[in-house]
Amino acid sequence: MATPTPTPRFTEERINRDLLGPLFKTSGIYYVVTGLLLIVAMGVFVAWGLQLRYGIGMAGKNRPAFWGLYITTFVFWIGISHAGTLISAILRVVQAEWRRPITRCAEAITTFALVTGSLFPLIHLGRAWLFFWMIPYPNSRHLWPNFQSPLMWDFIAINTYLTGSVTYLYLPMIPDMAVARDKAIGWRKSVYRTLALGWRGTEREWVRLEKAISIMALIIIPVAVSVHTIVSWDFAMTVMPMWHSTIFGPYFVVGAIFSGIAALLIAMVMIRKYFKLEHYLQPIHFDNLAKMLLAMSLLWFYFTFTEYLVTWYGNESAEMPVFWSKISGRYAPMFWLMVTCNILIPFPILAIKKLRTIPLIFFASCCILVGMWLERFLIIVPTLVHPYLPYNYGHYWPSYTEMAIAGGTLGFFVLLYFLFAKFSPMISIWEFEEGLQVASKHRGELPEPTFAGQIARGDIHPGH
Amino acid sequence: MPSWGMTIDIDRCTGCEACVVACHAENNLPVVGPEQAAMGRTHQWIRVERYWEGEFPNIKAKFMPVMCQQCDAAPCEPVCPVNATYHTPDGLNAQVYNRCVGTRFCANNCPYTVRFFTWFTPSWESPLNEQLNPDVSIRTSGIMEKCTFCVQRIRRAEDTAKDEKRPVKDGEIKPACAQACPAKVIVFGDMSDEHSEVSKLARSSRGHRLLEELGTRPRVVYLSGGES
Repeated sequence: MATPTPTPRFTEERINRDLLGPLFKTSGIYYVVTGLLLIVAMGVFVAWGLQLRYGIGMAGKNRPAFWGLYITTFVFWIGISHAGTLISAILRVVQAEWRRPITRCAEAITTFALVTGSLFPLIHLGRAWLFFWMIPYPNSRHLWPNFQSPLMWDFIAINTYLTGSVTYLYLPMIPDMAVARDKAIGWRKSVYRTLALGWRGTEREWVRLEKAISIMALIIIPVAVSVHTIVSWDFAMTVMPMWHSTIFGPYFVVGAIFSGIAALLIAMVMIRKYFKLEHYLQPIHFDNLAKMLLAMSLLWFYFTFTEYLVTWYGNESAEMPVFWSKISGRYAPMFWLMVTCNILIPFPILAIKKLRTIPLIFFASCCILVGMWLERFLIIVPTLVHPYLPYNYGHYWPSYTEMAIAGGTLGFFVLLYFLFAKFSPMISIWEFEEGLQVASKHRGELPEPTFAGQIARGDIHPGH
Repeated sequence: MPSWGMTIDIDRCTGCEACVVACHAENNLPVVGPEQAAMGRTHQWIRVERYWEGEFPNIKAKFMPVMCQQCDAAPCEPVCPVNATYHTPDGLNAQVYNRCVGTRFCANNCPYTVRFFTWFTPSWESPLNEQLNPDVSIRTSGIMEKCTFCVQRIRRAEDTAKDEKRPVKDGEIKPACAQACPAKVIVFGDMSDEHSEVSKLARSSRGHRLLEELGTRPRVVYLSGGES
């Protein structure tokens, strides 16, 4: 059997040009957008500075709503962070060939969403400058953090996840850093040289790298699941009505993966359009991820339905005011908007093959992000403003400081992502090339054609 | 070791709020002004909750003073990541202001909503700053605070008794709220002494604890109904 060569349109030279191009050529629009994002991101820190200067009262919190927009947005970003690492790790472990062009942009989302999200526990502290008291360091007074506290578990879990996902992002970047090193000049060359860790591409290096990546992929899955479970325990461990729920762990994990895939799809649409990578990010990638998104949407609905049905059936006096405030009370518009955004709009788009087009998937993903943010808000605030003793019922409306910080972190996240796109190829070069090789090697031997195989055989013509 | 506790006879409460004023004076509670108060940021370590019973015209107002219940199984204690709130051996739920970093988790996990956060650094216009209680520290912005059972009075009485080489007498310690109450609603004392007034009242059939079903084991016993 003749060994087919990859279609000439995907030569190594071309891949390098397409994927490394954005690192060395920067358009004027990029500078404008980055400048705007920088202003938004600086707004976050100015607002935070004011809050540090004058007191946490600058945020619209009160008694009984001690938590609000900050914790909502914190949970939201930690949820987004489940995009990458978890999805790319699962796809790597099951050796799904179509994962190759999406792992890098997914893993980058994880890292930067975690960086953004972990700002919030600091921002929301009454005395943020004393945050290091949460770190278990030896000190003269023998004061230790309280390991019974779910916040302490959170602190440890998020640090673990951040360390793990930075490692997991970095490992597959090493060969690409080496490619960039060979192309770069000046100070950037020395940066890439350092990060490439002297990569030469020997057989031994490849074997070790593959092994390290597969170990990390296995480790990161339970870590990711545990992180959002522990975030949910910040609520589930309390005695508060509609927080003290045993299904919060899996409910939060499902919600996190749900919003994570949506964020990944949005990022992929942007990267595809902006970097003109239509040949690499093909409709089949969007289609496959959209099917996963559909499954998560249904799972999310199942959990939400269960949670509310059980509460309603239980009819506990402390829980019902919270329940009705969401179903038909003050929070009903937000609640039904959440249901619309999370299931009513995405379900037909993702389920009907004709509607599963890239623009509509993009629209559904945007709706899901809005819906999942609302979901976190609706878990946190209605419970807090309806405590056990009805005399203490309160209300909560965020202040401008709070809105600037919570909204501005979107700019902060996009800025980090933008800068990263100038620093590293957004599609892993070596993994993509490996995919082409795998495809050509297995041509005719694999019963079902993989995506890369289809390209290699010329069944799919890049550019369509 | 004494075990401090309190009884509150809600049948006697007239809702005059003298306890609230006394608490403000004793514990240097900031007065935050109308805008902040409208936002729900008042500091009332003790508050008088008012509930209506019946329909107009046959309507009755019921008053219930609520402060920190000093729960023995306090939900606020385990959730603090820096151990800023803990249980003293004599049964008080103590708040260490210096240690608090302001996560507000304790307040979220308090079923009685009796924890108060200092949203801004408090200030007292002259001459009000002259009347601050020197026995009670002033709290800075960004920390949690709450009723202490007037711990400064407890410790002072214990010190005096120790100097005079005698045990603390029943009724010797009166928190500011109990002292100010014209209707003698609030009684404070040692629950472990079965002859103390408070433990006799607490044992009466009129006694119940607030939200007892949550298993928090509060140290405040409310008295209502039956013979008073």
